[in-house]
Amino acid sequence: MGKTLFEKIWTDHQVAELEGDTCLLYIDRVFLHERTGSIALQSLEAAGRKVRNPQQVFCTMDHIVDTLPGRSDRTRVPGGEAFIQTTRSASHSAGIKLFDIGDPGQGIVHVISPEQGIVQPGCTLVCPDSHTCSQGALGALAWGIGSSEAEHALATGTLRVNRPRTLRVDFEGRLPPGVGAKDMILHLIAAHSTAGGAGFAIEFAGAAVRELEIEARLTLCNMAVEFSAFTGLVAPDRKAFDYLRGRPYAPRGRAWEQALAYWRTLRSDDDARFDRIIRIDCAAIAPTVSWGTSPQQASAVSAQVPSPAAAADAAAAKSIERALAYMGLEPGRRLTDIPIDAAFIGSCTNSRLSDLRAAARVLRGRRVAAGVKAICVPGSSQVKAAAEAEGLDRVFIEAGFEWRESGCSMCFYAGGESFGRRQRVISSTNRNFESRQGPETRTHLASPVTVAASAVAGRIADVREFLR
Amino acid sequence: MKKFTTHRGVAAPLLRINIDTDAIIPSREMKRVSKHGLGEGLFAGWRYTEPGGRRPRPEFVLNQPAYNGASILLSGSNFGCGSSREHAVWALVEYGIRAVIASGFGAIFYGNCIRNGLLPVVLPDAVVRQLAAAVAADPQACPLTIDLQQKTVVAPGGGAFSFAIEPALQEILLQGLDPIDITQKMQRRIASFETTYRRRRPWLFEPG
Repeated sequence: MGKTLFEKIWTDHQVAELEGDTCLLYIDRVFLHERTGSIALQSLEAAGRKVRNPQQVFCTMDHIVDTLPGRSDRTRVPGGEAFIQTTRSASHSAGIKLFDIGDPGQGIVHVISPEQGIVQPGCTLVCPDSHTCSQGALGALAWGIGSSEAEHALATGTLRVNRPRTLRVDFEGRLPPGVGAKDMILHLIAAHSTAGGAGFAIEFAGAAVRELEIEARLTLCNMAVEFSAFTGLVAPDRKAFDYLRGRPYAPRGRAWEQALAYWRTLRSDDDARFDRIIRIDCAAIAPTVSWGTSPQQASAVSAQVPSPAAAADAAAAKSIERALAYMGLEPGRRLTDIPIDAAFIGSCTNSRLSDLRAAARVLRGRRVAAGVKAICVPGSSQVKAAAEAEGLDRVFIEAGFEWRESGCSMCFYAGGESFGRRQRVISSTNRNFESRQGPETRTHLASPVTVAASAVAGRIADVREFLR
Repeated sequence: MKKFTTHRGVAAPLLRINIDTDAIIPSREMKRVSKHGLGEGLFAGWRYTEPGGRRPRPEFVLNQPAYNGASILLSGSNFGCGSSREHAVWALVEYGIRAVIASGFGAIFYGNCIRNGLLPVVLPDAVVRQLAAAVAADPQACPLTIDLQQKTVVAPGGGAFSFAIEPALQEILLQGLDPIDITQKMQRRIASFETTYRRRRPWLFEPG
């Protein structure tokens, strides 16, 4: 019987079989950031342990650093300076490459790792950050871990991992206009619940996935963790190879040819067996927006706020009731009738150049509605520079958006900023949890084009009306 | 690491689904580069009246005298979903929580629990509700007993519920082992794997 892509990568890294379903896996790449990486490095040093393979470890500043222009080590978040400086000195003494503040390569870990060619098809990559699954978009086995596990990976070059089952999600057909990767993943989670991917490594497949560019695949895989999956991945193809060619850490010359020959074998065999398969008809996906406090509480933008009475069971009904109370919404209200206070474009989900270009197409020649605070935070310093080189910053600024330095920013409390109590934000991020974007802030997840359209309309908007 | 063998303690119900690590410990409460000093920030958004404040909100379950000294949490599915922050586990442990019983856990959170001597117990929702009902009348007088060797949770009335856990993880908790120490004993095997692996995939180490 054939093997799935996941099985091929897993087997290639298997150092030893341990008890039960647990294996010791070789780890090719560890990425760290200043919030959780600082503690891992500090704790490793305190235990008298060394980083086994420093040349396979990378670090960035994204979680705590300010995104306001003219930033330094000082942050609005109390104590932020210590995270930044501990990370810097620990990285230096361990001999780890750090993408520091001011480095042209600095940015959000899951934006810069592909951008630098650090993540590659068939490699294992871990990071003490839940959205590490994003990087599966390049055909890697990449997953989020805790700080202690990061210490394990740093000290031993391996991790003890319980083998997940396999799920293939086929996105069949073509995406309608105005619909993108963010809508695909929100649609999937809304249809199959946040628990739908629990215990699985997901291979995203189907015609619509093959059509997606690499940056959009990164968006798709990014929210595999919101689907409770171990990770998500996409079989690497010519788009992936073309994307990686010439990147700073990508193989060159003979090494490139050697790598390419291997990468071309990285696909699920035709007779491979998956533990589960989900099929989604892309024609049925609309621009999707969340209305509640869990990513599964999302609907087509043309829908109405649902009633708890329509829930599948009592626990879900209670959760909807609580979500609507938190969000200040009542059943039956049309999503497009909900006014917003703020709009945010950024985060490891949707802050890459293609996201900013798409949002700028909506914003060009338009203005953000009066009273709406609008912020754009490019995902990396390189994305920012590239956007500025083609004048996108002017489009955002002229439309009334703030244009920031790169980092995680207001996806949560990075840089110590939040939107404020009961402020309603339409956001290109990944989590609409209670108080995620600040105490009592109300988050609606959406694609960057839906965020741009909504910023202009001053209410949740159907971006398709802007594309006509 | 602190061992987990058996534990008897007051159980507090927090029967919501999808309690995420941002709720367990908000970003603003992670103030120092440290695994300590986080217990105070546990559930800060629900536990205190003001963000950053320390005035208890009386209606929050852990602030109620009946649940004083609670060391077991009963919760809904997908507990600990969201951010990978191990601070969520450090905060629970420092507060005095020894076990969380829920019908499901965020995968990274589950792993983080094991590394810190906190026992995640997976039991069906109906059982969790039954346990909550069994302790509700007088939580202080009706503690739950968890036996990790036997893999059971015993209700005050005497009913015992079995749960499953990977044998390797059970062992780590029972012995209070550090997985890094265990893996380092396999050093030679790792080194020999690495040598052949580097020959097989050289571009990952020498990009050319």
